Amino acid sequence: MYEGADKQRLDSDFTELYRTHLRDVYSYSYYRVGNHHDAEDLTEQTFLQAYRHFERAQRESNGRPLRPWLIRIAHNLAANYYRDRSRRPQTQLEDAAVVSAPHSTAELAEGRQELHDVLEGVSKLPDDRREALIMRFALGMDNREIARAIDRSEGATKVLIHRAIRQLEQGLKEDEGD
Amino acid sequence: MTDALDVEALLRSALVPVEPSEGLSDRLERGLSELTDAAAGELADWELGAMRDPRNWGRPVAAVVVGGAAAGALVLVRARQRHKASSEGRVTALRRGVREVAGDLRKRAAR
Repeated sequence: MYEGADKQRLDSDFTELYRTHLRDVYSYSYYRVGNHHDAEDLTEQTFLQAYRHFERAQRESNGRPLRPWLIRIAHNLAANYYRDRSRRPQTQLEDAAVVSAPHSTAELAEGRQELHDVLEGVSKLPDDRREALIMRFALGMDNREIARAIDRSEGATKVLIHRAIRQLEQGLKEDEGD
Repeated sequence: MTDALDVEALLRSALVPVEPSEGLSDRLERGLSELTDAAAGELADWELGAMRDPRNWGRPVAAVVVGGAAAGALVLVRARQRHKASSEGRVTALRRGVREVAGDLRKRAAR
């Protein structure tokens, strides 16, 4: 049982975590499930789970950033989401990219197809490769953080990302050749 | 596409961070505030109960006061939330989650 002052500090720390990483969790969720409705549900559940286990996570983190832990919760919940509903990610992701990216009007028409192809390519990658790319590019996580989130070594994570990019590149070239 | 694909640049353009809606932020902050309140109430109840036991009279009374105010951290968002409307269905789902987590914390506090 913790004292009131400890709880107050924990809540304050959790508020900080929530505010700092809401966009990360939401972005990850969105690119995992492919629509805003389910991404919102996933984000809510992630923070509820995080609150439940925050005290222990903080104690065991030894001062390391908690973002990988948070993303791992979202990752596990997303896995359940697919298992329960036998779903795959949807590919209607161009909305987020095109709306959020600072494209000029002239670039938009040309860029839209290109971004659509990339997102479609990402959605076709094996789960672990797709997730690693989301963490790297949408969340800006480095190899160490991604490794902690997916429970692999840094070396294995580096290889995973390299292979994901090569596979995507190959797919895009093949599509271009068609 | 160009001959020399810069896949990393394309990925940076395609996989941009996505801002959550204001509705989500409000619902979530409200849910977390409720959760904190529930847990804080539990803490205060436990401490008041514990004070009835003479063996615990040595515990600083301040802890009870702090326990009652423990929700402070997340309360700062509440004033803003009062003015926001909510989507009923989503709130219900979130409340269910909040109740589950609060129940879990209650069990943990009782140990």
